[in-house]
Order: sequence, then C-alpha cells, then structure tokens
Amino acid sequence: MHPIRKKRLTIVLFLVAGIAIAVGLTTYALRQNINLFYDPTEIAAGNAPVDVRIRAGGMVEEGSVARDADSLLVSFRVTDFSASVPVQYEGILPDLFAEGQGVVAMGRLNDQGVFVADQVLAKHDENYMPPEVAEALERSSKGQHKSADVEKAAETTAY
Amino acid sequence: MYPELGQLALILSLLLAVLLSVVPLAGALTGRDSLQAFARPLATGMFVFTALAFVILTHAFLVDDFSVAYVANNSNSMLPWYYKMSAVWGGHEGSLLMWILMLIGWTLAVAIFSRNLPSVMISQVLSVLGMVSVGFLLFIILTSNPFDRLLPNVPADGQDLNPLLQDIGLIMHPPMLYMGYVGFSVAFAFAIAALINGRLDAAWARWSRPWTTVAWSFLTLGIALGSWWAYYELGWGGWWFWDPVENASLLPWLSGTALMHSLAVTEKRGVFKSWTVLLAIVTFALSLLGTFLVRSGVLTSVHAFASDPERGSFLLALLAITILASLTLYAFRAPVVHVRSRYGSLSREIFLLLNNVLLVSATLLVAIGTLYPLVLDYLDLGKLSIGEPFFNTTFSPLAVATGLLLGAGIFSRWKKTDGGWLARKLLWPLAVSLIASALVMIGYGGFAPWAFLGVFAAMWVTVATFWDLWDKSSSRKGRLHGLKRQSRSYWGMVLGHLGLAMVMAGATVVSNYGIERDVRMQPGDRAMVGDYEIVFTDIGERRGPNFTAQYGSFDVYLDGKLVTDLHPEKRQYPVGMSVMTEADIDAGLFRDVFVAVGERVSDEAWAIRLQYKPLVRWLWLGSLVMAIGGFLAIADKRYRIRARDEAGWKNEVQVATGHPAEVSS
Repeated sequence: MHPIRKKRLTIVLFLVAGIAIAVGLTTYALRQNINLFYDPTEIAAGNAPVDVRIRAGGMVEEGSVARDADSLLVSFRVTDFSASVPVQYEGILPDLFAEGQGVVAMGRLNDQGVFVADQVLAKHDENYMPPEVAEALERSSKGQHKSADVEKAAETTAY
Repeated sequence: MYPELGQLALILSLLLAVLLSVVPLAGALTGRDSLQAFARPLATGMFVFTALAFVILTHAFLVDDFSVAYVANNSNSMLPWYYKMSAVWGGHEGSLLMWILMLIGWTLAVAIFSRNLPSVMISQVLSVLGMVSVGFLLFIILTSNPFDRLLPNVPADGQDLNPLLQDIGLIMHPPMLYMGYVGFSVAFAFAIAALINGRLDAAWARWSRPWTTVAWSFLTLGIALGSWWAYYELGWGGWWFWDPVENASLLPWLSGTALMHSLAVTEKRGVFKSWTVLLAIVTFALSLLGTFLVRSGVLTSVHAFASDPERGSFLLALLAITILASLTLYAFRAPVVHVRSRYGSLSREIFLLLNNVLLVSATLLVAIGTLYPLVLDYLDLGKLSIGEPFFNTTFSPLAVATGLLLGAGIFSRWKKTDGGWLARKLLWPLAVSLIASALVMIGYGGFAPWAFLGVFAAMWVTVATFWDLWDKSSSRKGRLHGLKRQSRSYWGMVLGHLGLAMVMAGATVVSNYGIERDVRMQPGDRAMVGDYEIVFTDIGERRGPNFTAQYGSFDVYLDGKLVTDLHPEKRQYPVGMSVMTEADIDAGLFRDVFVAVGERVSDEAWAIRLQYKPLVRWLWLGSLVMAIGGFLAIADKRYRIRARDEAGWKNEVQVATGHPAEVSS
C-alpha cells in the first residue's frame, strides 16, 4: 500500500477504535448511572423500582423527623401533600434541612417501602426549591393544597 | 448620580465596540490603512469606559449605595470592606460586568502587545473581539443592568452577600476563571481572522499560542481555586463533584488543553491546521456554553443567581450566532487538506494527535454527562440526573491513557521516531515507575487496580519528564550549563507535565486512600480516623462581624502525641437567615486532617465529620505548577524575536487579500 494511504488508514483505524471505545464506555456507564426522579405519589403507588438507585423528593413532613439515640441514623417522611414516603438516612444532614422544607434524596427503595437514602440535598438558600420538588408539589396540589411555598416553588421553576 | 454615569459609560463602550467590530475590519478588507488605524484607539476607549463602569459599581458597594438594586441585593452595611469589594462580582450583574471588563482587557492587551503584528491581522483580530464585546455589552445593558435603581423606596440596608461567598476563595476564584474563559476569545479571534484572510500558517499559530497558553493557565488556576474553595467552604471536604457548573469550566479546559498541543504541532510542523482552527472555535464556544449553563438558570446551584428566561434565551442566541457564523466561515474557508510535510506513523505528530483524540473524547464525555439530563428535561422526556460514577468510570480510563501516552510521547521526535529505539528508551523509565508505584501501594497499605493505574500513570509522566530533562541537559560544559541552555518554553512544558502528574497522583491517592467518617460525638468523646485520634473537648460560642458561631474544639493525636487542635464552626448569619459550616483543617503536604461540625442531634451530642485526606493538596499545588508552566512558556524568547518573519508575512497577506496596490508597507 502507498505509505501515505497506509498512514491515513492507521489514523482512521485509531480514530474509529477510540470512538468505539468511548461510545461503548459511555453507553455502559450511562446505563449504570442514570438516576430517575420519583415523587412521593409515584413511590406510594408502587411505580418506583425497588433496589435501584433513584432520586426522590418533596417536603419533609412536619413532626416526622426522628433520630436514633446513639448513632447518626435519622428517619423522616417526605410528602407532596397527597402521599408520603418514609426515608432513612445515616450521616450528616445538610445545614438547611428542616421540617417543612424541600429536599431531594438519592438512594434505594427497599422491599418494606422505605427509601434508604445515601445522600440528602436541601436547598441552598431560602429562595431555592429543588425544581423536581417544585414540580412534584405542583402536580399533587392541583387546587386545594396550594400553599404559599408551592406558589413560590412554581415561580422558581418558571424558566 | 454616579450609577447613571456608570450606565452611560457602558452604553458608550457599546458604541465603541460596534465601531471596533466594523471599522478596522472594513479597513482590512478594503486595504485602507486609515480605517485600520482606528483599531487600537477604539479598543483603548472601550476599555476606559468599561473600567469606569466597573469602578463606579465598586464605589457604590463601598459607600453602601442601597438605591442601586444590585448593591442592595448583594451587600450589607455590616459587611467588611474587602467583602464589599468582592461582592461586586458576587451576583449575576456584577460578575457579568467583570466578565466584560476582562474581555475588553484582553482586547486591550492584544492591541498593546501585538505591535509587531501586521496591521491587517491586528485589525481583523480586534474587530472580531469587538463583535464578541458587542454581544456581551448588549446582554448586560438589555437584560442585566447592574446600575438599576430601587427608587423611590430605597432600602435601609442590603440583603447581604451570600455567606458562602464571604471568603478569600471567592475573591480569587471568579476573576481567575473569567480570565481563562474570556482569554480563549483571543485564540478564537485569531482563528477567525486567519479564516477571513485565508492564511493559516506557522506564523498565525505562533501568534495565537502565547494567548492560548495564558488563558489556559488562568483557567487552570480558576478551576483549582474553585475546587479548593468547595473543599473547605462548602464544608464537607469534597474537591470535585462533577456538578454541571464544574463541568462547564472543565469543558473549555479540556478542549483548550487539546488546542495548546495542536497549536504546537501547527507552529512547529505546519500540519493539523484546520483541526487547530476548529478547536479554537470549539473552545471558545464551550466557554460561552459554560456561561450559558451557569448564568441562565438552567442549572440550579450556588452559581445560578437568578433564573430569568430572558437572559437564558439571550445567551443561547449569542451562543448560536457565534457557533453558526464561525462554523459557516470555517466551512467555506478552512484550507483543503493537502499536507506537504510528511510524518511517520510513529512520530511526535502522531503522539500529539492521539493526545487530541483523548482530550476531545474526554470533552465529549463530560459534555454528554452534563447536557443529556438538561436536554431530556427540556424536551419533557423525564427528569433524571447522571451521577458521579458515570464520570468516574469513563473519565478515569481516559486520564490514565493520557498519562501513559504522554510519558512515551515525551521521548518521541518530530517526523519519525524509530520504534525499536523508543522501546529501548522507555524500558528504564518503565521499570523505575513500576517499582515506585509498587512502593507507593505498599506505603498506603493496600492494592487496588485503579489506584495502581493512577499512581503508575503519574509516576510514568514524572519519570519520563525528568529522564528527558536529564538527556537534554547533558553538555560538555557541565550539567548546570546544560540545564540553563533549555528554553523557557521547554521548562514550561516540564512544569506543565509535572503539575499534571501531581494532580493525577493527588486525585488517585485521595480518592482511594482517603477516609471519611460521620460520627455522633459529645464533648469528651474520642474517635479514630486513619491513624489519627480525634478528641472532642468542648463546644463554645463566639461572635463574628456579621454572624454568630458555635465552635467545637478538637484535639488531634497521632501515636499518642498531640498534633494540633482544630476549631470547626457552625455559623448563623442573621441577615440572610442562613447557616454555614466552616470546617477546620490541619493541612499538610502529605495529608489533611479535616473536622466539620454537622447538626446537633441531641442536647449534648453533635454529628461530626472526620476526614483523613492524603495528598489532597497535590491537586491544587499541581494545578499551580501547571499554571506556572504556562506562564513560563509564554516568556520564551522566540515570541519576542520575530519581526523579520512578520515583514515577509505582511507582504504575502496583501497579495492574499487582493489589494496589494492600496496598501503601503
């Protein structure tokens, strides 16, 4: 083969191989790591998969936060005002975690229907509401439960 | 009255930018020197007025002029003066103003430091930069005016600067990052100018190189500062979260790194021209994309100040125009590939080509992981997030591959490298790095495949770099003479690669051997983290200038000996009603001991985070070394001695633009 063609062929082969590896790895990694968001209504209705890493979010139900006496285990309920889901978490909660505030948790649903979180995110400041939470509240509060918080949330998401 | 003057200054600056984007370019296209001569004065004028606007905004902060909405939203009379200064870029409008000031500062720098450039080239470059300035000035004037007033209801006090941002890290992080982002606009302008006059050659590459390298160095510093800041200020000891806003800054860094290397090939060997131009366009487009992601409110994070749909669409339009216009130009003007210079299938050219393939793949990966959820969300196909594991599993192999390639590439020669010779050359460095990596594994007490690969890649790069330095510095007049004889750009490369090795080593070791524990503790309790014993002695309260804090006292022991005492805090800022966790860190070159106080879990007990972070400092030190390498590289002599070449280029350009008669040299 002509040396220039040979060289070009090498380059092309290298490129194709590189792209193939990259695409392969990407699709594989993507498939492993996509975390879908479910709101409490969906989880309560059994629409969320068990033992798959998902995101869940809503408001922390008033009076639901309970701490274990000698570990960092904490349990609380997350609600969208039409259904609520029990959440368990062991570790440090974010500074702005509080009852009546919006949170997003990452974790897995176990067979007892408890959401075992490995990460809990709360809002950065008083104006911020996780967009997923805002939308979930919006969906569940068609009409009666429209609290001030929900209205604020809807404003934040209107981009 | 001052704020109105500030706005007026911005408008004047916009007018000058419009002139700058039209007049010199017209002069260059028609070959009229008199029009081209406007380029430098216009750039200077634009800078003066933008700087004036910036000074006026700073003044408004310092004198607590809360009639200005932006000041009222981002400052407070109780804020110490240095935070009032940095609050200027603590919000959307001000940081945009700073961005523009830097863009125009770069434009001015091009005007000043390119005295040797042919005036056709400089006119085109400055015109392109003028166009970019028009876009951003329009953006700030139409959608994000920092001088908007709150009249007649002037608030008595401001709403305070977000306490997250009250920190030295914030004072430094955005300016550095912006210098980098915006700096790539110069490389972009050079690329566009070269496309307009159809001259893509070694001279063009040599002109763009130092600008690209400086921008890259600043971006490196900016990203490192951001990571450092996140590490201690966001409170929980992570140094990289693969958060979309972080990725937004990593994207131009990756493609900018590719650009630097491909520019080197274009300068030295005259090949990869079209590719280099494309990379320059892409890198700048990614900088704009970063701005769009961070500033439009598409992403919600510490960085997104306001979600205003108008701003988002404006930025998106700006991005679309830039990409479409430059790619159209590229499609019509990019040189057809008929490369005259040959290079073998094992040559430095090929190594650098592979470097580019890897870096561009990494860019694509990060882009996919960042944009995929946004696109799905926009199309209403569902809400999902892509977790850190995605980035870790895909990015790590590419990083290791880049390291392995780099170590071998250092020894390669331009045009043709003998395979057998290279293999023999690599044998010893290979053996040395294998042994060294094994020792590191033993030292940290545990083998993990990825840890080994990461440490090995870092060792390999380090050993190869020093080996090459040793080879190159051999001289009959002695080693010292040989070392002195190396050019600054060579030293720049050495530091750049060593810095990269440090970052790789730091990232690998801290991710694999770091220890993180969340424990429930009350005063008097002890807990172990690694070999360190932490004793919680006391908790107290204190008052800061604009906050109150509870602080814990912790004694840190190693082998029964007191190492240090740490005082992490939990701060309450009354004005913004916010809470901040201030970790306390015993920093060291080889390890950090990190203690942060979480929430109070009972009357006596607190949630405490304890961390042992080996080599975590190397991440930022390595970045600093890389950036110093960049600055050293541009101090190379050859960027200054070049008048002769340019004289030749000038004559040819006049022929190329087709107006030889009208141009007097």
